[in-house]
Amino acid sequence: MNASGLNLLIAVAMGLNLLALGSGRVSSLIRAVSFQGMALGAMPFLLSHEFSPWVTLVAVATIVGKGWVIPLLLGRAMRAANIERETDPLIGFVPSLLLGAGGTIAAVGLARILPLRPEHAGSLLVPGALASMLTGFILLIGRNKALSQVCGYLILENGIYLFGLLLIHTTPLLVEAGILLDVTVGVFVIGIIVDRIQRAFDTLDTRKLTVLRE
Amino acid sequence: MIPLLLILLPLAGATLAAIWPSDRMRPWFLPAIAAPHTVLAWVLMVHPPEVTDGEWFGFDAVARAVLPVVSLLFLICSAYGVPYLRVRGERPNRVFVSTLLAVIGLMSAGLMARHLGVLWIATEGVTLAAVPLLHFNRTPRAFEATWKYLLVGGTGIALSLLGSFCLGYASLQGNGSGDLTFHALAHQGATLSRPWLLIAWVLLLVGYGTKMGLAPMHTWKPDAYGEAPGLVGAILAGGVTTVAFVALLRVRSVLGAAGEGPMADLTLLCIGLFSVVVASLFLLGTRDFKRMLAYSSVEHMGILSVGAALGAPGIGAALFHVWTNSLTKGSLFLSAGNLRRSAGSASMDDVRGLARIAPRSTRLFVAGLFAVTACPPFGIFFSELRILRAAFDGGHTVVTAVFLLGLLFAFFGLARVVLGVAYGPPRSRAATPRVHFSETAGVILPSLLLLALSAWMGLYPPALLESLWSAAVAQLVALP
Repeated sequence: MNASGLNLLIAVAMGLNLLALGSGRVSSLIRAVSFQGMALGAMPFLLSHEFSPWVTLVAVATIVGKGWVIPLLLGRAMRAANIERETDPLIGFVPSLLLGAGGTIAAVGLARILPLRPEHAGSLLVPGALASMLTGFILLIGRNKALSQVCGYLILENGIYLFGLLLIHTTPLLVEAGILLDVTVGVFVIGIIVDRIQRAFDTLDTRKLTVLRE
Repeated sequence: MIPLLLILLPLAGATLAAIWPSDRMRPWFLPAIAAPHTVLAWVLMVHPPEVTDGEWFGFDAVARAVLPVVSLLFLICSAYGVPYLRVRGERPNRVFVSTLLAVIGLMSAGLMARHLGVLWIATEGVTLAAVPLLHFNRTPRAFEATWKYLLVGGTGIALSLLGSFCLGYASLQGNGSGDLTFHALAHQGATLSRPWLLIAWVLLLVGYGTKMGLAPMHTWKPDAYGEAPGLVGAILAGGVTTVAFVALLRVRSVLGAAGEGPMADLTLLCIGLFSVVVASLFLLGTRDFKRMLAYSSVEHMGILSVGAALGAPGIGAALFHVWTNSLTKGSLFLSAGNLRRSAGSASMDDVRGLARIAPRSTRLFVAGLFAVTACPPFGIFFSELRILRAAFDGGHTVVTAVFLLGLLFAFFGLARVVLGVAYGPPRSRAATPRVHFSETAGVILPSLLLLALSAWMGLYPPALLESLWSAAVAQLVALP
C-alpha cells in the first residue's frame, strides 16, 4: 500500500472540505466537490497491490462520475437557475468554517480512540471520512439553496466512500460497483428534481418550500 | 435460480414498458407482470426452494414469511393502476409504469437479500425508483414533497450504508473475513468487535428506520404520502416499509448472535414506543386525510418495532402484523385516493359529506378506519393483541400501558378526521363536479378485496402462514 500517497490525497480532500465550507459562491462549491471526487476516485489505485481491470474500471468510473459528470450537471442547473451566490445562510461562512476546522481536529482525535486494525491506525482514512461527513451535514443543514444542499449530500457520500475504502480488500467489487451506480443515479435524480423545483417555484431557495407542514 | 425470477421478471417488464410505444396499452403491463410474480411468490411459499448459506439472494424463511403479501398487495394495486391511469389519461405514463415495475423487482430483491451490501443497493434502488412516482401529479406541492423525501431519505440511506461498512469492519476487527452475508456475520457471532458492532447498529437503525418512517425520522412521510397518488402510497406504506423492517430484523439477528440482543431490543422498544406516541399526537392534530394515513403508518411502524423487540413471540406477532397492516393500509390508501379525486382536496377544511359525493369509496374508507384502529374481526386486532400478549408475558407492564394509550389516541385522531369528512352536508373543493369521477368497479373492487383479505386474516388465518412465521422466527433468533 502506498500509504503516504494515500494520506496526501486524503489531506487534499480534507482541505477541499474547508474550501467548500468557506466559499459563498456556488460555482466554487461545485468545483470543490468535483476535485474531491477526482481525489477519491484515484485512491483505489493506491490501495490495490497489483493491477486489476475491475479496480481500474471502478476507479475510472468514480473519477468520471464524481469528478466530471455530476459537477457538469450541477453547473448546468446553476446556470439555468441563474444562481451565483449563497445568500444569508443559516450557519454563516465563518462559523461553518470554524465548525469544520474544529470538527477536523476532533475527527483526528476520535480516530485515535476508535479501535482500528494496525494497518489502518496511521492512515488518515477514518479522520478524513469523519471530517467529510461532518462537512456534508453542515452544508445540508446550514445552506438555503438546493444546489448547495446537493453538494453537501455529495460530500457526505464522499465521507462514507472514504470509510468504505477500509473494506476494499474484502467487499466484492460487484457490490462496490452497485453502490457507486446507485449513488450516481441518485444524484442524477436529485439533479432532475432540482431542475423541476426551479421551474415550478421559479427559485431554488428551499426556504420557500413550506406549503407542506402541520 | 427460480426465485431470482421474482427480481428479474419485473425488471424485464420495466424495460419492456419503457420502450413500449402506446400510452393507452402500457398500463396493462402492471397486472401482466404482477400476476405471474404473485403466482410465483405463492408457489414458492408453499414449496420453499433450497437456500445455500453463502448466497446473496435467497427465498429463505424470512423472505417466505413476508414476500407473498407484498407481492399480493402489488398485484391488487396494479389492477387498480389500469383504471387509474385511464382516468389520468392526460398524463404520459411511460415513466410511471416502468418505475412501478422496477419498484416491485427491487422490493423483492431487498426482501430476499442475504448480503448487507446487496440489501443496501436494493433499498437505495427502491428509494430512487419511487421518486418519479411521488411527483406524478407534477404540482408544486408534489415537488416539495419529493425534495424532502430525497433529502431526508437520502441522508438516512447514506447512514445505513455507513452502518453496513461499520458492521463489515466489526468483522475485520474481530479477525473475521469481512464477509457481509448475514449468515457469515451471525456465524462470527461473539467475536465481532463490540464498539464497531454498536456503532453499526445505531447507524443501521437510524438509516433503515428512516426508510420505515420511525419517529423522529418520519418527517418525509406525511408530505410524500399526502402528495403521491393513492396506489403509490399503498405500495410505499405496505411494501417499501416492509423491506426496511425486514432489513432491521436481519441485522438484529446478527446482534442477537453476537450476544447484544438485549441492547438491540431495548433500542427497538424505545424507538417503537416513541413512534406510537408521536404518531398518535400528530393524528390528533392533522386535518388532511391522506397525511393522516401517513401518521397512521408511522404508528404501525412503531408497533412493528415494539413487536420486534419482544423476542421470539413478539417477532412472530410482528410478522403477522406486517401482513395485516399491508393489506389494511393498501385498502385505505386506494379508497383515500378515490375520495381525493372526487373531492378535489384532502383537507377537512375543504371537504365534507363525502358519503353523498362518493358513497362507495366513503363506505370503504370508514370500514377501513375500523380495520386500521384494530376493531375485530379485522386482522390488525388479532396481530396487535398478539403483540400485547407478548409484551405482557415479557413483564413489560409500563410498555403495554403506554402502547394502549397511544392506540386510543390514534383511534380518536383517525375517527375525528374520517367521520369529519365522510358525513354532514356535502362540500368539496371542486365547485361544480368538474370531470365527474365515477366510482367504477375497477377503482372500488381492489380496495374492497384488500379489506376483505384483512378480515380474512383475522377470522380464518391459514395454518400455513402460522408455520411460515414460526420458521422465520426460528431463522432470526437461532443461535449459530
